[in-house]
Amino acid sequence: MTKEPLQLSSPPTDAFTQSTQLQLNSQGQLRHFLSINGLSKELLTEILDTADSFVSVGNKTVKNVPLLRGKTVANLFFEHSTRTRTTFELAAKRLSADVLNINISTSATSKGESLKDMLQNLEAMACDMFVIRHADSGAAHFIAQHVCPDIAVINAGDGSHEHPTQAMLDMLTIRHHKKNFEGLKVAIIGDVLHSRVARSEILALNTLGVEEVRIICPNTLLPHDADSLNVKVFRDLDSGLEDVDVITTLRLQKERMNSAFLPSEQEFYKRYGLKRSVLKLAKPDALIMHPGPMNRGVEIESEVADGAQSVILDQVHFGVAVRMAILSMAMSGQTTTKTL
Amino acid sequence: MTQLSSVDQLLNKIESDLSSYIHDHNLNDPAIIGIHTGGVWVAEHLHKALDIKLPLGHLNITFYRDDYSQKGLHPRVKPSQLPFPIEDQHIILVDDVLMSGRTVRAALNELFDYGRPASVTLVTLIDLQSRQLPIQADVVGQSIKLAVNERIKLSGPDPLVIGIEQVPDIGNLNT
Repeated sequence: MTKEPLQLSSPPTDAFTQSTQLQLNSQGQLRHFLSINGLSKELLTEILDTADSFVSVGNKTVKNVPLLRGKTVANLFFEHSTRTRTTFELAAKRLSADVLNINISTSATSKGESLKDMLQNLEAMACDMFVIRHADSGAAHFIAQHVCPDIAVINAGDGSHEHPTQAMLDMLTIRHHKKNFEGLKVAIIGDVLHSRVARSEILALNTLGVEEVRIICPNTLLPHDADSLNVKVFRDLDSGLEDVDVITTLRLQKERMNSAFLPSEQEFYKRYGLKRSVLKLAKPDALIMHPGPMNRGVEIESEVADGAQSVILDQVHFGVAVRMAILSMAMSGQTTTKTL
Repeated sequence: MTQLSSVDQLLNKIESDLSSYIHDHNLNDPAIIGIHTGGVWVAEHLHKALDIKLPLGHLNITFYRDDYSQKGLHPRVKPSQLPFPIEDQHIILVDDVLMSGRTVRAALNELFDYGRPASVTLVTLIDLQSRQLPIQADVVGQSIKLAVNERIKLSGPDPLVIGIEQVPDIGNLNT
């Protein structure tokens, strides 16, 4: 595959302001969904409330509503994904949108077409929304800055930057089970360094006002900017899991590791694997979450993943409703601007 | 100024007219569904007064509105609750005010996503005689025509209060 001629850099230092300006229209409504960074507690709560309304749509005989009828959503996945792409596809279809799934590895970009040319072609086909998954951090921001003004861009994961829809479905799962965020202690275990999920989740949890966000990982998997993330860092599960309400374990992202971060998977499991023996340190009703796909026996023990405290399948269930909320809100943010 | 009957008079009229309608049309064991929010309040009254056996249904048509692209989406939509099968069921659909007919159009669309009812009867407390679609009610409390600077105000559920209020005439605010 030809490398795109993108000038992608790590997110800019004034990312907060830039994100806010790019993501919201002049009325403060969502028009792109690129990053949790820069979004207010009120807006995140509005996304969760809207998603709650969509949960019941999945229980009807006909699981569709006509909100996005006549709109076209293009799923542009430059990086492989099954769960995220299928839940985005399902969400768009349940909103009655037409969906294009573009498999980049077999598309014209592999024949040398630039990303910009490809996007212009999709614009010419009158697509209304792009859902982007890309291996480079900042890809969705870049595309949002360059598309036509009435196209909404949704970030479905960019490099090790952010995965904001995953964070929001995790927030919906937590709110569903714990009712509110105040007073919660949340632990995130494992490969925080490479995890865009962790980055978005830490931002969302802090914005929504949990008591404490902990990250538990070896030094080699600790992000360099951990000090600025408003988290408590722990080196071992014994101290980190004490008294927590929610535990998220992350997948070891072997595809993003280009040097020796760990002695071995077995060693990682021994020290950081979520097992029944360490689970008892957390609160007895602590939720167990995992963004998937799971490596059983690497970051989580099978009995824990399938146990009574696990809400991993709830996360997938809520993923469709959260994505329906974000798609419809972003589309509404485009159209309401246009009429004004 | 347009004269409006009292809430009790309106409720009594639709209750009695609906009862005759159900009898005349052989609507056996009908179910009552109110359209959120005012229609639910009126439906609650009819449900109790006519001693309907099936539980009351709530229909929220937010996701079926045809003005979503202009007005956007309202968060915290209370989901529709239809605690009985719609298939082959006689349905009494209740709204507070029938104006353009667009709400009822959306309600019928949503209803048919749950199944194919045997029949749908439309009941409304007030018909404003300003339909934009070929939809009319079978049972009407009062049919009135409002002046440009008047609009119906309904509050509830307990007590249910209906009245006509004056709005400043500053042109068309329908956007």
